[in-house]
Amino acid sequence: MMNFFKLQGPAARVAPRPDPRDIGGPRQPMLIARNLRKHFPITGGLLGRAVASVKAVDDVSFTVQKGETLGVVGESGCGKSTLARLLMHLVPPDSGEMIFDGQEVGARYGLRLRDLRRNMQMVFQDSASSLNPRMPIEESVAYGPRVHGMGRAEARAHAISLLEQVGLPARLFAGRYPHELSGGQKQRVNIARALALDPRMLILDEAVSALDKSVEAQVLNLLRRLKSEFNLTYIFISHDLHVVQYISDRVMVMYLGEVVEIGPVERIYANASHPYTQALLASQLHADPRNRVTDPPITGDPPNPVNPPTGCRFHTRCPFAEAMCSSTAPRLHPLAGEEGHIVACHMADPSSGHARAGRAGLDRLGMARPLAAKAASEPPCKEGLRA
Amino acid sequence: MTLDTVTGSAPVQATRTDLLDVQNLRVDFTSRAGRTQVVRDVSFTLAPGEVLCILGESGSGKSVTLRALMRLLPQGRSEITGQVSFQGEDVLAMPRRALNGLRGARISMIFQEPMTALDPVFTIGDQIAETVIRHTGVSRDKAMARALELLELVRIPSPERRLRAYPHELSGGLRQRAMIAVSLSCYPQLLLADEPTTALDATVQIQVLILLKQLQQDLGMGTIFVTHDLGVAAQIADKIAVMYAGRIVEYGSAEEVLLNPSHPYARGMLASTVSGQARDRDISAIPGSPPDLRALPPGCAFAPRCAFATDLCRRTEPGLTPRGTFGHVLCHHAQDLASPALVGATVTAT
Repeated sequence: MMNFFKLQGPAARVAPRPDPRDIGGPRQPMLIARNLRKHFPITGGLLGRAVASVKAVDDVSFTVQKGETLGVVGESGCGKSTLARLLMHLVPPDSGEMIFDGQEVGARYGLRLRDLRRNMQMVFQDSASSLNPRMPIEESVAYGPRVHGMGRAEARAHAISLLEQVGLPARLFAGRYPHELSGGQKQRVNIARALALDPRMLILDEAVSALDKSVEAQVLNLLRRLKSEFNLTYIFISHDLHVVQYISDRVMVMYLGEVVEIGPVERIYANASHPYTQALLASQLHADPRNRVTDPPITGDPPNPVNPPTGCRFHTRCPFAEAMCSSTAPRLHPLAGEEGHIVACHMADPSSGHARAGRAGLDRLGMARPLAAKAASEPPCKEGLRA
Repeated sequence: MTLDTVTGSAPVQATRTDLLDVQNLRVDFTSRAGRTQVVRDVSFTLAPGEVLCILGESGSGKSVTLRALMRLLPQGRSEITGQVSFQGEDVLAMPRRALNGLRGARISMIFQEPMTALDPVFTIGDQIAETVIRHTGVSRDKAMARALELLELVRIPSPERRLRAYPHELSGGLRQRAMIAVSLSCYPQLLLADEPTTALDATVQIQVLILLKQLQQDLGMGTIFVTHDLGVAAQIADKIAVMYAGRIVEYGSAEEVLLNPSHPYARGMLASTVSGQARDRDISAIPGSPPDLRALPPGCAFAPRCAFATDLCRRTEPGLTPRGTFGHVLCHHAQDLASPALVGATVTAT
């Protein structure tokens, strides 16, 4: 397992700027997550015992280099939001470890949670419910610094300057309550609040998904500007592949709680190797009516994470699946000749024994559809097990 | 290219074969606080088997327009005026009883969130059969057989089992398919769909869109599709109406509107939609935010955000400028903006 961290390690795609807060040096990744796991128990029966569990995040490992944006994509239920909450320790992980700039989080001589949260902040999808409706926005922004020991007047001045930085002139906005703002403006407040503790890393969980297109573009531009002004590192979680392509340096694709592919953004979009990534990309809609998709790239819905399929979790929807796919789970494997591009598919591993081994990315979904007969098969939705 | 500016609202040419003809539709919401114009001067026509997409951001009046066509807005708190003629019948003047015969039988609707649109305490089969019995008066057995047929039509796997399933037992994609089955139960001539794929995952959304397009073509249904997603419109629409602040600002064929938009808002929306832009440059966003319908600016509602706005735009409301064979653009400067030199020079101010 250690092996692939080394493989991922040196590929710093963005030269980090010197930062006085830096501890581990420019080559030390900002964040290393190792084997993170979170299963939510489903209780039932008279005694309320756990009868099953939702495998929300299962053995997820990745690194984020300093100054880069890691995009995380996947469909609902793939564990991307749970992952964000695990990283912030809003939900404690069942197992796994996190290393923030060389310091282990929560370990005895490592980084305390309080310090982690000062360095790592989060912006949520729902801009309205993440602000206190009874607090003027200036106070919402100043709240964090005050909790962390800043004086009232200083915190207020800091909040005002942050509001200006996110494009909300304090003269007009500082005293307003959240209900007096539009969705885009509220999200700007959330971003200002996340920046209030001068963090080094932001986790953006579907931060632009609820916004209208014209406002989404404004906020994306803002995020790009703030990233260089505040020397930030982003984890950008989204289901919108167009947005992820625009903003990310590297992309991580998740399916049912597992990482299926990580790679540089241009490799993922030009040469996706996992059939699921290919299906996601082929499902993208384009604004050109002359270029319509006439055949669905894959059929069925994502299965229920309560009872994920055995072996490779994608095998129930995969047109290339063979018997071994349902019995053996593939490991993340580096692609030959592509630095930093790893994929969890038997086809990517020349020694796996899959008939198409070593041909990952050569047989592509969305171009030639090899097994149309698969379309009639049962979708793997497990009924009656919803919590 | 000769464009004549017509002041007021030019009647959209209605032909004998039209399924739906909407002229000067206007919806006001009334409350103690006063009266708000939510939809104004909306005119379009729909032929049988045609797909119209109403495209707009939240608060643009697209869903209200859709609901007004079926008179689904709360009585007493809303006022619908204008003309909605469905197969030659005036929907707005129709007595309640006749309207009930229309809804679900000849016109039906699909909603965004199938979980709330379906009744959680009845099985999928019951809910389809209910509609069939209500409109055709057949026996329950016949209605259930029809329900099974419909589940096969929308390609739900193992339909016999799903007939007895409750909505919570189905995944999001299957639930939306079941919703489509309910709406098709009486073979409607007009299908109204309000963001039917917005809540679905990408790989499921494309399946449902392709299914809807196929069913619509096979059954020859006229369809009105409300969406905020340009990609969805490009995938399914024959015609597109772009709404902004309650009015249709641009109306034309899908290719005209998406490939060569005239209205500055339509252009700005296309330019600001993220889709393969250069990663090292800002996206050309439309500055500002949509106006408050209770306090619309005088003149053109888009003028405060428009890079081409002049004093004329800020003073007087624009009329319709015809475009293409049937469309129109709501802009004082449509004529100047239509010149090819300006296409591509979209809103650049941020």
